[in-house]
Amino acid sequence: MAHDVVTEQPKDFKIIPTSAIPLVAVVYIGLIIAVATNRLWALDFFHVVGGGLWTGIDLFLGFVIGPIIGKMSIPARMEFSKKFMPKMVLLMPTLVIATLAGGWQLARHEGFILSSDKHHGWVVASMIVVGIMAVVALGFLEPANLGVLFELKKERPNGEVIGKLMKRFLYTAGLTGAMQVATLIIMTRIATL
Amino acid sequence: MNTTKKLPPVSEISVVILALVVAGGVFLAAHLPKHTSLTFTTLTVVIAALLVLVNLVLLTRLTGFAWKTFFLVAKWTLLAYSIFAAALEYIFIKDGVRGSVLALMSATIVIFAVNLPIHFGFTVARYADN
Repeated sequence: MAHDVVTEQPKDFKIIPTSAIPLVAVVYIGLIIAVATNRLWALDFFHVVGGGLWTGIDLFLGFVIGPIIGKMSIPARMEFSKKFMPKMVLLMPTLVIATLAGGWQLARHEGFILSSDKHHGWVVASMIVVGIMAVVALGFLEPANLGVLFELKKERPNGEVIGKLMKRFLYTAGLTGAMQVATLIIMTRIATL
Repeated sequence: MNTTKKLPPVSEISVVILALVVAGGVFLAAHLPKHTSLTFTTLTVVIAALLVLVNLVLLTRLTGFAWKTFFLVAKWTLLAYSIFAAALEYIFIKDGVRGSVLALMSATIVIFAVNLPIHFGFTVARYADN
């Protein structure tokens, strides 16, 4: 029962950082305007900036931060999680929708989604990779993230539960990080065909 | 605490539903805008919809569950992913997707938006105190 550490922790943190919601709203409004106006630069901006940040964060989390957290003590993980996880709850879905909506419209704008186009195969490959990442992220990573935050909100958080959910979070972050390497290969191929 | 209590496989079913809607959506999107067979996507949508019903039945049979936590997470997840789903629906309509393809895409998006609140709510509530 190495993880069965029950530690008193201050629970004065927000699961959703409400002060950041206006920023998220600005991104969504900008994205809707980009889609509605179908401007190439705006679509490219949302796809490249969103995708770059998404890929970078996934790789950094999966291969740099993840292994470090894995070696921390449970109380240290709790302290880190309280500050880190709420930001991820808002940041990642926003980056994902900006990347995917911008990317889809960009592919449509440029004709990449037509099966006759030379980029089509790579675009479909990217859809498959994103689809697998979506299942991993929404099926395992995000619920684990929320589970950890709710556990940390309790008067006496259960270290065993946090350890279990954090392990799930870190493994899935590593997996999506590895899949982002495939995304990098696909996107650089599309850009240079 | 519910950590040791045996619970129905709601989360596992939710992940299968997610995989089905993603597979169906990717298959259809990969063939747009040309006409393609809708059999595969229809099949994934029907199976996913049935599995959502199975999950709802499993949930109604639960006793001693942390429903307050479940509904707290589920309602906010529903709000967030409804916005997400609405954005997707808007894009497909704006791109001129119509008829049975749009109906299938819409069904896929609705199942996606309904499934995630159940999944997130259940996953969090299973560890919550009653």
